[in-house]
Amino acid sequence: MAKKESTFINMVLTLLIITGLSSLALSGVFELTKGPIAKARQEKKERAIKAVLPEFDTMLLKMVMPETGKDSLEFIAAYEDSLWVGTAISTYTYKGYSGLIKLMVGLLPDGCIERIAVLEQKETPGLGTKIADEKFKHQFIGKDPSKYILKVKKDGGDFDAITAATISSRAYCEAVQRAYDAFKRDGGNK
Amino acid sequence: MSQKKNFTKGFLKENPVFVLLLGLCPALGVTTSAFNGLGMGLATTFVLVMSNIVVSLVKSSIPDKVRIPSFIVIIASFVTIVELTMQGYLPDLYEQLGLFIPLIVVNCLVLGRAEAFASKNTLKSSIIDGLGMGLGFAMALTILGGVRELLGNGAIFGWKFIEGDGILVFILSPGAFIVFGYLVALLNKINKTT
Repeated sequence: MAKKESTFINMVLTLLIITGLSSLALSGVFELTKGPIAKARQEKKERAIKAVLPEFDTMLLKMVMPETGKDSLEFIAAYEDSLWVGTAISTYTYKGYSGLIKLMVGLLPDGCIERIAVLEQKETPGLGTKIADEKFKHQFIGKDPSKYILKVKKDGGDFDAITAATISSRAYCEAVQRAYDAFKRDGGNK
Repeated sequence: MSQKKNFTKGFLKENPVFVLLLGLCPALGVTTSAFNGLGMGLATTFVLVMSNIVVSLVKSSIPDKVRIPSFIVIIASFVTIVELTMQGYLPDLYEQLGLFIPLIVVNCLVLGRAEAFASKNTLKSSIIDGLGMGLGFAMALTILGGVRELLGNGAIFGWKFIEGDGILVFILSPGAFIVFGYLVALLNKINKTT
């Protein structure tokens, strides 16, 4: 087949056909993957909720506006045999080394931290990403934030920062503090 | 050029990263671990093969003056398909690679092969070229990521065998350039002697 001439009408037609076909293909793929993408997100969240709370059978969701920060927090109150066992709070901070860090903080009815899971982060691989490692997260388990200062030791707090990732550690503490403050004010299970 | 030579050129003689020096932005950006390098390399391979196929099929019906925009649209479509599929079925890998997946569109390697090879050759050679070049790219990224992970974290593919913290600079961007420089020198040496 001979090469097509670069006439105006040929060029317009070619581009029109190519973009048309590609939009058609993309809308098809989008429809196909919409379900799995939503499912993957939902599963990830549910895994995080289960990871930070004790055993439960039902959960209740609501949004709570924190005193600091611009977005509301998600409170997931968990019940076992209609007894309140704790609340998972999806909290955030914009003070990470690359901006947003999202955590899921599990708080027991008395305000102690049960466990914490990292939902989203874009920290430096190998440095800031260690906020998701047990070694760092372990410090927070079972601590009552009203008796401990939720800051890194450098800032006069009670928690060890990760070597070479003080900013990430600081941001992590801030996010936990935000969740705890909102929890204290709100009560967590109403 | 024989098809076998056409396929193997991407690994050593014309390795896209270490010899042609194409697509360096993702090559240096995502290779903080061997797994990331491999994932990025395979995603790029898929886009490369698919766009080579399509470009080689439609090459004679595209007027010369609009060939670059046409190629870009074709490539961008395949990148979006990869992005959506990965988000749905491999969410963990997607999170790691994040920003770099859409950036495959502007990877000079993909457009370079479409323009320099697929638009001038038959379908069969174009597929083999895309496969060879893509796998060569994946290999380069995996090696780069492996070396950086080993030196910076004492691990390979996330499997830690040296205790404690590694040499931090290799995880950060300057380390990418250092490792990259040595690997380019090494491959030049190998190519010269064979």
